[in-house]
Amino acid sequence: MKSEKSLILSKFSASRGNKGVIAAAVLVYLFLYLPLAVVVIFSFNDSRLNAEWVGFTLDWYHKLFNNRDMLQAAGNSVLIACISALMASVLGTLAGMAIHRFRQKWLSALVLGPVAMPDILIGVSLLLMFMLLNVTLGTVSIILAHVSFCIGFVALAVQARMAGMDDSLIEAARDLGASPWQSFRLITLPLLLPGIIAGGLMAFTLSIDDFVITFFTAGVGSSTLPLEIYSMVKIAVTPEVNAVSTLLMLLTLVLILAISRISPQALRN
Amino acid sequence: MSRALPKLSAKTLLSLPPAAYLFLLFALPSLMMLFASFRYPGEYGGLAPWYYLEEGSLSFDLTLENWLRLFESDIYLGLLIKSLFIALLTTAICALMAYPVALTIARARKGRRELLLLLVILPFWSNFLVRIYAWMIIFSPQGAMTIAINELRALFDLAPISLMFSNVAVITCLVYVHLPFMILPLYANLEKHDPRLLDAAQDLGASRSQRFWLITWPQALPGLFAGAVLVFIPSLGIFAIPDLLGGTDGIMIGNVIKQQFVESRDWPFGSVLSLVLTGFTLLLIGLAAHFGRARGSEGKA
Repeated sequence: MKSEKSLILSKFSASRGNKGVIAAAVLVYLFLYLPLAVVVIFSFNDSRLNAEWVGFTLDWYHKLFNNRDMLQAAGNSVLIACISALMASVLGTLAGMAIHRFRQKWLSALVLGPVAMPDILIGVSLLLMFMLLNVTLGTVSIILAHVSFCIGFVALAVQARMAGMDDSLIEAARDLGASPWQSFRLITLPLLLPGIIAGGLMAFTLSIDDFVITFFTAGVGSSTLPLEIYSMVKIAVTPEVNAVSTLLMLLTLVLILAISRISPQALRN
Repeated sequence: MSRALPKLSAKTLLSLPPAAYLFLLFALPSLMMLFASFRYPGEYGGLAPWYYLEEGSLSFDLTLENWLRLFESDIYLGLLIKSLFIALLTTAICALMAYPVALTIARARKGRRELLLLLVILPFWSNFLVRIYAWMIIFSPQGAMTIAINELRALFDLAPISLMFSNVAVITCLVYVHLPFMILPLYANLEKHDPRLLDAAQDLGASRSQRFWLITWPQALPGLFAGAVLVFIPSLGIFAIPDLLGGTDGIMIGNVIKQQFVESRDWPFGSVLSLVLTGFTLLLIGLAAHFGRARGSEGKA
């Protein structure tokens, strides 16, 4: 009798513990989203101070679209992100295939090195090399730097895709007389494509969002959106920054939702 | 013979381009940095020549001075220890906050699980600077939080405080930025736990804390360790967060590295500090790999 009672009690305490866990989880989710919500809400606020709600306005967005430096930086960011994503997609696909097919551990380490190292180390070592080799800092040096840390993300997405691929398809194609190039173009590439696209979109997102590595490899006249935000924030906090931040978040949101549709595993690595 | 040849060329064709690219833009700069740490700084920034040709004889101009400078003053070692401590604290807070979230996701229904995971991933992918900026607004002196805290303090006759430009602001933002790195590996680990083990323990009369420490905790350790490495490494090298939220008291080792390369332009000493950071990173990655392997073979046995 007694043991039955204690069993019921312990079941009860277990469900209460479960509720406590869920409540704590809700609080952590709020912690993750409230700061971002603050940025978005104040971007529509009719006040210079990010302190209290005064009234709705689109003035800050209007100002933003008349800010020549910001528009130029945005254009530069998109250009850099497109070229970096394209280069990283090609190199990352090759690396992912090589690592999967030939189990090259050294290549895996080389590809993931720039992903694992703190950004600042990649940034300063590239700065050092570019300066010693007399490479002018600018759009080109930023692209070269971005590709180096994006390759790993594409390679991981491609590897995940290859792991789920049926190798017998390629063997069948070869048995039916396809050349290595034909079997690659007609079988491997179409099957890998979702992984490559997901990896390429991730590279685009990483490039357009990158601040630290860009900070060290950018030169005069090659500002990007994050660099522009940094220099604005350093001087003063204005709702114009909220407006550009909101737009940047919206872009990232669209990209990440697209990636999660194409290849859900790619995001979790 | 004829079969081996195309296979070899496919291997080279695939691995050579990315390997060459990363050798030039990852390995080479790291090696140049290692070499730079033994050179003298140039008169106007940069590096001084490392060899001289005088009257046909070659002389080298390399030094250990930069490395010795690290140990000569307490400033840099002190800052390194402070940075290690802040990164460790960040990791611990992340672990505490990540656990209920990871557990909730692992226990959720399959359909809801995807959504909850996406909600963790989204803030992680939003712009790094925007996430710091959000805390600049929250901690600002005109912000509602600072005003509320100071009104509360006034009730107890305490002097008003500033949240902005403090170590508290830095640690809060570090936790905020790195939390998803802890939640995801911890979730991946908790998801694999067999709930029947907990039920069995409960039926055998184990209390809540006994069930946690004897069953969940030992099983969760690999996930916790993976998350800890993913949080600790980037936290240790951070410079933007202390730069924007830390003020003069809040600086970390990353700020000094940035300073050596951008402002005071002492590249050899900047290289030494960067290499120390690299050393810590490699040590942790090595430990994580070793730990992961040990756990893996244990699981197989």
